[in-house]
Amino acid sequence: MNVTIVDYKSGNISSVINSFKEVAKDKVSIEVTSDLNKIKSSDKVVLPGQGSFKSCVDALNKIKGLVDTLNEFAINNKKPLLGICVGLQMFADVGYEETETKGLGWISGKVSKIDNQNGEYKLPHIGWNQINIVKDSKIFKDIENNSHMYFVHSYEFVPNDKKVISATTDYSSNIVCSVEKENIFGTQFHPEKSDRIGLKIIDNFINL
Amino acid sequence: MLKNRIIPCLDVKNGRVVKGINFVDLKDAGDPVEQAKIYSDGGADEICFLDITASNENRDTIYDVVEKTSKKCFVPLTVGGGVRSVEDIKKLLNCGADKVSINTAAVENSKVVLDSSKKFGSQCIVVAIDAKKNGDKWEVFTHGGRNNSGIDALEYAEQMEKNGAGELLVTSMDRDGTQVGYDIDLMSKISSKVNIPVIASGGVGNLDHLVDGIKLGKASAVLAASIFHYGKHSVKEAKDYLDSKGIPVRI
Repeated sequence: MNVTIVDYKSGNISSVINSFKEVAKDKVSIEVTSDLNKIKSSDKVVLPGQGSFKSCVDALNKIKGLVDTLNEFAINNKKPLLGICVGLQMFADVGYEETETKGLGWISGKVSKIDNQNGEYKLPHIGWNQINIVKDSKIFKDIENNSHMYFVHSYEFVPNDKKVISATTDYSSNIVCSVEKENIFGTQFHPEKSDRIGLKIIDNFINL
Repeated sequence: MLKNRIIPCLDVKNGRVVKGINFVDLKDAGDPVEQAKIYSDGGADEICFLDITASNENRDTIYDVVEKTSKKCFVPLTVGGGVRSVEDIKKLLNCGADKVSINTAAVENSKVVLDSSKKFGSQCIVVAIDAKKNGDKWEVFTHGGRNNSGIDALEYAEQMEKNGAGELLVTSMDRDGTQVGYDIDLMSKISSKVNIPVIASGGVGNLDHLVDGIKLGKASAVLAASIFHYGKHSVKEAKDYLDSKGIPVRI
């Protein structure tokens, strides 16, 4: 089996690479690339994302054919894909960070700024917060409810269909922090930085 | 609920830990990778390396340390000390740092903060403020506390937030190394002034100081070095103590 981490030259993905390699050991091959053929032929794809929604979408679009390839992989061929942080946010139709930007449109909804309630809540939402699992998700196998995960973000994904939500976290309101729609998975938190419990989520995804 | 973070800090010089934990079971007391691993296994919410390497020819040692640590520790890793440019930040991030803290360079050229937060995202840009009290205000110092910039620390904090800093690491130079506790007044004033998280640093001598930093200083996270050195307190003890005082921590 091989898992491809999409390297689309946006933000820092070293931690994602390190964590997947740690979990995969020698059993699974971890490829880090933007090569379209390699993405097409992989069994699973990880879409990381750091920086702003706009900068990530722009970076995806800069690589010719990448969005089409990802569409083919996740939507047509329905192969497993995991989006992390802005990688998850890009599933939406539209994001409002910096300026209105079109997303991948895989899960209908929008990405908007967390309501900080007039400064009562600091942004970014940085640190360890507990997740409230609201739906069985395959990536939550052996993950206890209320586990702590590491978050860093100021924007939240608001999907139209609440049935895709697999976990929320409490910060100002119930923020969507994990989604599952058929073969598409996403976490707003960073499993790669969430200690052993985060590595377990990565393990679950690899073993889907 | 978001938890308050405890961040042990290790001073690294020429790739080796200065002071440090000094546990008996450590194979190599000076190895930053091994010490960071002990902290993360013990429940540290983040690890911070402060590179205090003085000479330029040994500067590259930190990259190797960061690279090795990031392959073993799966909690956020912040690296600071001697970061001068967007290129330096890029190099550290590529080696596996999750956040980079910028001190002198941010004072001398605030464009570094602006450019790097645009390029890499605010989430990985920490501005470190070394502040010293002068009359009824605090002034920002640079070059490891040697030079007084004369800049008002509160105004500077606000400016850095505008420039794209994701967090502020505030160190009281009056308290640093004294073990008499954080400068609560400074921490709470800065924390009230900005909407980004503040990490309190400088002066921790006991576990009550950590409590004060969060409760009174309104810090989102507390950084400490020496109370964790030589096994005086473990991270777990610190967390249990905070928990007993009603402070939300990840246990």
